[in-house]
Formats: sequence, structure tokens, C-alpha cells
Amino acid sequence: MPTRLRTSVGPRYEGIQSAPTGRRSVLLAAASLGLSFALPALPARAARRRGVERPRSLLVVWLAGGPSQLETFDPHPGAAAGGPTKDISTVIPGVRIAADYPRLAEVLDRFALVRSLVSKEGDHERGQYAVKTGYRPDPTAIHPAIGAIAAHELPATGLELPRFIALGGAEFPSRGGYLGNEFDPYRVFAPGQKGQNLVPHVPVDRQSRRLGALDSLTRSFETGRGEAVRRTFHEHTLREALTLMTSEQLAAFDLDGESESVKGLYGDSDFGRGCLVARRLIEAGVRSVEITLSGFDTHARNFAGHTSQAKLLDPALAALVGDLKDRDLLESTVVLVMGEFGRTPSINPLDGRDHWPHGFSCLLGGAGIAAGQVIGSTDPEGVAKQPTDPVEIHDLSATVLAALGIDFAREVATLVGRPMKLSSGKPIAKLLCGEA
Amino acid sequence: MNDQRFRQFQLPRWMLPAIAAVVLVALVGAAARDPVAVRRRAQAASTEASRSAGVALSTDATVVTIDRLLAASRLAAGVEAAAVADNLTILRRLWLALAGTIPSLEEIRRFEADTAPGAVDRALATLLADPRSADALARRLASPLVGDEKGEFIVFRRDRFTTWLADQIGANRPWDQTVREMVSARGLWTDTPAVNFITQAAANGVIDSDELAGRVSRVFLGARLDCAQCHDHPFAPWKQGEFEGLAASFAQAKLSPVGVEDDPARVHRIDRTSVAALATTMTGAGRNVPPRVPFGAEWLGSGGTHRENLAAWVIHADNRRFDRAIANRMWRILFGKAWHEPVDDIPDPGPASSPDDLLDLLADDFREHGRDLHRLIGVIAATEAFRLASSHPDLESAEGAERVTATWGAFPLTRLTPDQMIGAMGATTSLQTIERDSHVLTRTIRFFRETDFLREYGQVVDSQGGSLPATIPQALVQMNGKLAREMVEANLATATGRIAGMARDDVARLEVAFLVALTRRPASEERELLLPLVTLAETKGRGLEDVMWTLFNCPEFSWNH
Repeated sequence: MPTRLRTSVGPRYEGIQSAPTGRRSVLLAAASLGLSFALPALPARAARRRGVERPRSLLVVWLAGGPSQLETFDPHPGAAAGGPTKDISTVIPGVRIAADYPRLAEVLDRFALVRSLVSKEGDHERGQYAVKTGYRPDPTAIHPAIGAIAAHELPATGLELPRFIALGGAEFPSRGGYLGNEFDPYRVFAPGQKGQNLVPHVPVDRQSRRLGALDSLTRSFETGRGEAVRRTFHEHTLREALTLMTSEQLAAFDLDGESESVKGLYGDSDFGRGCLVARRLIEAGVRSVEITLSGFDTHARNFAGHTSQAKLLDPALAALVGDLKDRDLLESTVVLVMGEFGRTPSINPLDGRDHWPHGFSCLLGGAGIAAGQVIGSTDPEGVAKQPTDPVEIHDLSATVLAALGIDFAREVATLVGRPMKLSSGKPIAKLLCGEA
Repeated sequence: MNDQRFRQFQLPRWMLPAIAAVVLVALVGAAARDPVAVRRRAQAASTEASRSAGVALSTDATVVTIDRLLAASRLAAGVEAAAVADNLTILRRLWLALAGTIPSLEEIRRFEADTAPGAVDRALATLLADPRSADALARRLASPLVGDEKGEFIVFRRDRFTTWLADQIGANRPWDQTVREMVSARGLWTDTPAVNFITQAAANGVIDSDELAGRVSRVFLGARLDCAQCHDHPFAPWKQGEFEGLAASFAQAKLSPVGVEDDPARVHRIDRTSVAALATTMTGAGRNVPPRVPFGAEWLGSGGTHRENLAAWVIHADNRRFDRAIANRMWRILFGKAWHEPVDDIPDPGPASSPDDLLDLLADDFREHGRDLHRLIGVIAATEAFRLASSHPDLESAEGAERVTATWGAFPLTRLTPDQMIGAMGATTSLQTIERDSHVLTRTIRFFRETDFLREYGQVVDSQGGSLPATIPQALVQMNGKLAREMVEANLATATGRIAGMARDDVARLEVAFLVALTRRPASEERELLLPLVTLAETKGRGLEDVMWTLFNCPEFSWNH
């Protein structure tokens, strides 16, 4: 009878679960016993090439809730809009940011700082959609987030990890939209641990029996439905999932190999660990990584709230950028730091600031970006609603895509055949290096 | 950070014995009506409701005409109809469409005990009378009606709206009356739930007339008139001015301390130069746009508010788009795929109703029967197309599959929605049906599990059109997720454990497992291939776990067929 079981194992998942001496079965056995030390060291990384030669990646640091530009990158101390926030000088002459960001101030020249973003959406859900996709919400189509576009458009040869990975629990996850839900991000809720649902519940022998039986049942469902079942991509998806479960590249999620001093630089927080994982994922060849830091929606106690957020953001972001630079990855990685909107120049009775989609800030650095400059300014007195030199959200998305070397104006057909442009904006020329 | 809401919550120690007692009582109670061992108890359990409402529609004139129309189109394309599906498969389709889950073993036993002709019709009538169907249908319809965004909590209450809609559907209130109320209601989002249709479009205290005009045209007219918001519609005759006129019908609506009100002094103003180009204002540069409808101006109501006049126009008996739109949408709910996709952009009706247009046939029947949603569902479910098998000899080749698909020669394969997936998983875990009156603890546990599951599984929005394949994270959740493990695990509380413990032998165990997960019995080859999983396992429990895991991960489970 055991022979029968083995013969029932079809060719589909072979090599993924059976070959007795194969790397995968060793890995599976090791993983199922919790023997992480038995896992072989990462031999070949997808990112052996470094510097500008390397295919590009996108790294979005998402500050969820709407960070106050006044308490981060566009402080106005002493002015009507400024509140109690103090500022400090930075490595860019004449440019000052909030005093809560001393480490970022030292590496600010790796970024271009835009202080004049304007969006038309002042609601969290709609705002993040607009900023992440470059389009206003549209009830007849879901636009892909720039992270999904990057995953769709950039090459990922040899990558077994998902092309688009989101770290941390974003309330409104990015979407693949009309590109297909395979471009939704793979979400890791607790960075520093391997992604969830990667380990089978049962040991190798039972998993093997289960997959064998699954193969039989899939075949029986295919009888008389061949083409229809093939179009479900069920088998294909399952195979990719099984490949991921046993991939050596999963080590990129694991921080055990990182020294305490490196971990210390990023900070002992989920967000800090997430930034370190993000660097490892980029290094492993993942094309698009998004990491979320929530907690910026400070309708009350805005200043204390932003100071505690800065304690997480400042070390992690400074360490991330430094690390990417040291490893020759910054030239191939576009780094975007922003949230769905900014916060009002006025301070409400709860010592908070409310939503403000006019004149908020972002940092943009890395591949193809002309760093070390500031674009736009807001009114220190908070009277003028419009910033100088306004940058519209769709132009920012075009800029990011252009920096990644993506044909941002390309039209893609949706599932129902409607042509859609990846971005409806125009790149901001002065944000791009000449070569981009 | 937001996800921490749903992480484990700690119970005080003193509550544990109390909970243990409750669980014990629940288990004893459940065992007393255990459908695994007892088949005969389910005999003749079809309710009074199902007997009285069990109207056989298969000989109804509309159904016969639709069947003929589809037969003619198959004939013209040289496609034979698939074989007729077996009754349990049809039962599974009905449950997925109407109740958003699969039938529990208890329901299957009850259904099989009804051996008189017309059992499927009676099962449908029972389902329509069941509040779970009203709830699930309301959840399906709420997505196009009020969108999937969270909206502004201060003025928008999705749960109130969905509950209200479920009540209307449950009571089978004529659809035109329900729609009239949504379009024209005044009052607070909390005590007049229909106004949430309006307040869903509110942002920063302003009601977005354009969004409402777009929604009305998509959901009630089956036309994406909102493409004409910025430019003329690419293939339909809609002009930008027509869209603006439709939006103007909502210009009077405003938010006030007493809820949504209509202020006759307000006008629709277009100002495309400012950031708030499309907001309704009374001041500033721009031009006033009066309410205007793109066709059938004579159907507009008079003497009421602009919204009331518009509602009269939308639901007017001559507005065939209204009936065709809901017919197309209901077809999609039952088949998983609309007659015309995208579901909200269907071709214009011809000048007069045509017997060769399926949507006209359904729409005319719907209107003639007082816009009766239950009847519309019954008519679609009674068609031959709904009862065909999903297998067909021509489906082996790509080209054959095109022909079969185009002529509805076999029931289409479509992926379960997340709502259906979670419902089906729940039904697979428990042998009894989880109902509104299930124990509160059962429902609470279910709520937390579902929330966790959906966080990882993701919500698929209905508006994209087409049936999307699963993603890798979804496959991983299904194989290795927490809920999957709890569901598959053999213990006293799960179907797996009870089947392992109670069924009389391994063949019976396998059969019950198939019924629970796939609503069918195993074919003989399948029995031969899967039986060793049970017979060779260290314990019956482990063997059954492997079987249930396999059933739960096979395409047959997650694709409606």
C-alpha cells in the first residue's frame, strides 16, 4: 500500500517535495524540525552585481496617517504655523529640518527634499491611493501602486521571492490593480521573522502524501474541464508557493546573520528591523519593497506624537540609506519616503494638526535622482494654501517611474481591455539626473 | 499598528472555567443533532416555508424562452450543451450564490432526504427565505452601491446600510422602491440607513455629486457614464454635458446636523480651474449646470426635490436600463460571471425589447412581476444554463473552451469571493450550519478568525471584472495558515475530528469528508487513491486531517463550478 501512495504522486510537485537527497527536502526537514542552523548559508545572491550596473529596485518608506511636514522636513520655528518644533541644520547648506531628526540631517544630501507636494485627497484611504498610484480613486478601475508597477516592469531573473514585498501592517495595502492581483504585495506583518504561512503544518512525509493526493484530485477535477482548469492557474500558483516555501532566498527575511552593531544602528523596533529586512530584500534582488510606519495621524498631541515617531524613523532611515550606500545598492535603488498627505499649519484645540493635502513633503533619493536639493516651499505663517513650485502627485509618480527607467507613459490594457497609462504625469526634470 | 487590534486578547483567568462549561454545553448540544451518524433524522425536514414557496419555475414561460434562446445560440455555434449537473452540485452553486457559503453536512442530509421531484426548487425557496441569504446578497450588492472604501465614519455607516438592505431583500421589497429610497432619502445615517448611499460620497463635509452620478449610472443604468466626467464616453453616446446634468441632480443634497437634506437654493457649479474643480458650490467663477438626464426626460418626476425627481426617472417603467442592469448583476451573482462584463457597462438596449436579447427577457419578466428580486433569482436559477455541468468535452482544447464559454454551453468556473471562501471554510469546519442564532461564542470566535484570515488573504474587489487566479499569499494561507490548521485539525470541535471518531469505517469517513468539503461523494478512482491516506495513517484523526487538507486545497474547493 505505501507503494500506491508513492505512485499517486504526480509529476507536478515532484522535486518540490519528494527527491530524498535534494536540497529542498533537506531544507524542508530542517525547517520542520526548527533546525535553522542546519540551513546552508546563502550561496549566490541575485544581486551580485552592484552599483549602477544592477537592475533597479524601488524602496518606499510609507509614513501612514499623514506625517506633519512641519514636524519633519519643513519646520517653521518661530512662525505662526511652526508650533513648538525646533529645527537643526543639515549636511545640505542652508537647509534645516526638525530637530527630532539629527541622524537624518547628516545624510540628507542623499535625498532630494520636495516641500511642495499637492494632492486632491484629504481622506486617508483616498489619499494613500492617490499618492501611491498617481491617480485619484476611480470606481471603474483599480490603479496599481507604483510598487506594483515597478514589480511588473522591472526584470527579476532567478528571483524566487515575491517581486513586491510589503513589510509592516499597512491599513490600506498597496494593490496590483489592473496589472493583476499577482502584483499585490506579499505582506510580512512582523518584519524580522520569516513571512507568515511559509511552513507546512506537518512533517515531510505527511506533506508529501498530501501533495500527492492533491495532485490526484486536481487531475480528477481537470477531467472534462482541462482548459477551464488551466485558466485558473491553480497549479502554477501552488507551485510558486511551494517554491517560495523552500527557497534559500528566504534567508533574506532572517536577521540572525546581521551583527548586533548593525541591528543597533537601525534601532530595536519593528520598523527598524523592517528597514534592515528591506535592505536585505533589495540585496537579494527583490524589485519592489514597501515598509510602513504607522502612527502619524496626530489629530491630538501632534508634537509629542511626532517626536515619538521620529525616534523610530530617524535612526532607521539614516541607517538604511547609509547601508545601501556602503553596499553599492543606492545607485540602483530609488528610495521614496512619504505619507498620504501632510498636516494643517493651524493647531487645533487638542494640540493636534488635521489633514492637509496642500504643500506637504517627501524625500526622494537613490538611482537617477538629483539629490542634495530642495524643491518648493510653504508659507511659514500658514496663510497661503498653495506652496511655491507645487509638485502634483501624478508628476511625482512619473518621476519615480522615470528614475527606475520605466516608460511611465506606456499604456497597459486592463482585464476588460481598457487602455491605461502607467502614469498620467510628467517627470519633474530637475529631480532627475541627466542620464535618467 | 492598526493590526494590533485583532491580535490575541487576554481573558481574565476566572472566565476560563465558565468558557469551558459553555463549550461543553455547546458540544453536547451539537452532538445531539449530529448529522454524521444519523441520516434518517433529517428525513422530511424540509420546512413549511419551503413547501409553500416551492414554486417550480422550470416550466415558466420566461425560463423556457431563455432556454430556447441559449439553445439556438449553441446550435448556431455548433456547441452541444454540457450534461445536466447533479443536484448536489446545483445545491452548492445556490448556497454559494445566495448564502455566501457551501451547504453544511446537515443541509446536505436534509436536501437528500427530500426525494420528491422538485427538491432543488424547494431548496432554493428555503434559501431565499433564510436570513443568511438576505445578509449575503446585501453584502454582495453593498459593494457596488456604496463602494469598498471605508468612507468617513462620522457620516457613513456601512453596517447600518447593509443591514437595512438585507431587510429589504429578505422582505422581498420591490427593487424599485428600495432604489427610490436610496436615491432620495433624507435624514441621519444612523436612523435612516438608506442615506448612507448618499453619505458614502461625502468627503470633508461635502457630498460629491459626481461620485453619486457615476454610481447611479453604473449600478442602476449599467452604463459607465462617469467616463464622460472628463471626456465623452469612448464607445457609448454619452457626452460630458450629460454627465454634468446627472450630477446636478445631487447638487441640492447637503449634510446638516439632522442628516442629509435638500436645499432648493443650491446649484451645481462647474469650475475646472480650481483644485476643487468638481465640488458643488454657490460662489466663485464658473457656470451653473441645471439637472438634466441623458435620455427619457419625460420620465423625470416633478414637484419633488431634484433627487426625488431623479429617482422617479431611474425606476420609471420605461427605463429598461434599470431592469437590465439588475438582471445582469443578478446573473453574475448566480453564475459568478455577468452576462455582459464589465457588469456595470452593458450595451444600450435596442429601441424595443427583443426576444433575442437575454437581458431584455429577464428585464421584462422582472418588471412585469413587480421588480421582485426573489423571482429574478428563481428565474435565473431555473434556466437550463444554470443547471448544466461545468465539464464539457470541448473544454479540453483552448478553441473549444472559447466556443463553450461564449455560448454558456457549460457552467463557468469562477473563483470564490473572499466572503464565499470564508463562508465555505466555516461550513467545512463545522458539520452544522453556523447561523445568526448560533451561540454567541461560536460567532465571536468566527469573527476574530475571519478578520485574521481576511487580513492575510486580502479582499478582492468585485469591480474589476473577470475572475482572478489566486495569489501566492492566498495559496500559502490556504495551505499553511492558522485558520486552515484549526479547520483541518482533528479534535472534538471540528468536523475532521468528529468524522474520524464517529463514521462507521474508513470508506464512510472519506465519503463524509468529501460531502463536507466538496458537496459530493468521491468517485471510485478517487476513493482508491485517497483511502490509503486514512487507512495507513498512524491515527484516524491524522489520516482525516490529510484528507481534509487535500480537499480544502484542491481547485474544486475554491472555484465555483
